Amino acid sequence: MKIGVLALQGAVAEHIRSIELAGGEGVAIKRVEELAEIGGLIIPGGESTTIGKLMRKYGFIEAIREFAASGKAVFGTCAGLIVLAERLESGEEPHLGLMDMTVARNAFGRQRESFETDLDVKGIETPLRAVFIRAPLITQVGDQVDVLSFYKDEIVTARQGNLLASSYHPELTDDYRLHGLFLDMAREAAGA
Amino acid sequence: METGTSRVKRGMAEMQKGGVIMDVMNAEQAKIAEAAGATAVMALERVPSDIRAAGGVARMADPTIVEEVMKVVSIPVMAKARIGHYVEAKVLESLGVDYIDESEVLTPADDVFHISKSEFTVPFVCGAKDLGEALRRIQEGASMLRTKGEPGTGNIVEAVRHMRLITGQIRKVQNLSKDELYHEAKTLGVPYDLLLGVHETGRLPVVNFAAGGVATPSDAALMMHLGSDGVFVGSGIFKSDSPEKFARAIVEATTHYQDYELIARVSKNLGTPMKGIEISKLDPSQRMQERGI
Repeated sequence: MKIGVLALQGAVAEHIRSIELAGGEGVAIKRVEELAEIGGLIIPGGESTTIGKLMRKYGFIEAIREFAASGKAVFGTCAGLIVLAERLESGEEPHLGLMDMTVARNAFGRQRESFETDLDVKGIETPLRAVFIRAPLITQVGDQVDVLSFYKDEIVTARQGNLLASSYHPELTDDYRLHGLFLDMAREAAGA
Repeated sequence: METGTSRVKRGMAEMQKGGVIMDVMNAEQAKIAEAAGATAVMALERVPSDIRAAGGVARMADPTIVEEVMKVVSIPVMAKARIGHYVEAKVLESLGVDYIDESEVLTPADDVFHISKSEFTVPFVCGAKDLGEALRRIQEGASMLRTKGEPGTGNIVEAVRHMRLITGQIRKVQNLSKDELYHEAKTLGVPYDLLLGVHETGRLPVVNFAAGGVATPSDAALMMHLGSDGVFVGSGIFKSDSPEKFARAIVEATTHYQDYELIARVSKNLGTPMKGIEISKLDPSQRMQERGI
């Protein structure tokens, strides 16, 4: 299964490495035409304002909406989660607006408040090491959204059909189980 | 739950990859930088070319400027402390800046020792012009590196020299045998373990950006072509004719550094870039890159 990582800005190489550890093939995506060649897409961590601007500039907003509407799987981590959300607490304009959730940016504070911790995630047997960097939080979700994990009663992993989102960075550790879960989603979508 | 781990500090720099970090001197410039797509801003009292022109001792910015910038943007805010100035760094950490640049652009406070950066929760970026400096800074706790280049000159040649030297040295280290590695560690003046890591992985353990002399979209793309993970632009933006256009163009050229038609398009009608200085015309005592080796 070929998985693309949106390569406008952010931690692209780390996601490609994690996908390959999980048994998939990872490629960097810089142009909308390249979406046709992949079975699933990861929107990586980075700066959501930068990624959002570049997505608009190069036509990725419509192209990824169509990609997701066709049933293909999309996974957003940190900035990628912000980009997927329908609503942002700051009142800023949403980017892709695909997932029925409200997101608060920089919800834990500044970099000195960034942290790592062990996290229980539904569908993954033992706790996952999760790295939160100036991380966002999901403050509210719609009926279609399945909450996969909480950190201190706040939602940090969620799934809505073929869409997956995490507040933290699974790509910064050697634990590729969340990428494995995403690969399963992409394969499931391809089989359907 | 653990804060300030090396993974958290280095990870923050990973999130800046492929991005442009811009020097700003006030809230208004910070907003322009963020709107243009900067991944972070560096809050300063003066950009390097003004520091050069003013002479005298350059110090940490007035905290008012740093706070003003932090208030108006949602992207990370960095600030500079003098080399070896532990207290300036602690002050910046207490303000809540997201990254500290222990920078040769400011006048060094200590001509022997750098700050022991691993003691801090906030991550540090440091300049390096060769592999020895790079690994010494990492040993001290730097979580991100950048070339030194020659700041405030608008001349890319020194940043190119530093990036080429570091990548060339990494290739050489990859090909050394174990016994040669001990000798190389001694020659470079670096810890053996860090050098062994470079030998095994063929890369530095932290992100390495280009800095010091980037003035045009093509300069930024050139540094990406040479293997930079991203770009710092100091005087290049707010010393140009049209900062907003320059900032946007440099962001696009960094993302699409191999798309030459795009770089041609964004380079059109940008107006005059910062004037720039020929390095050989620079008095050796004015070379910032010689500070903190």
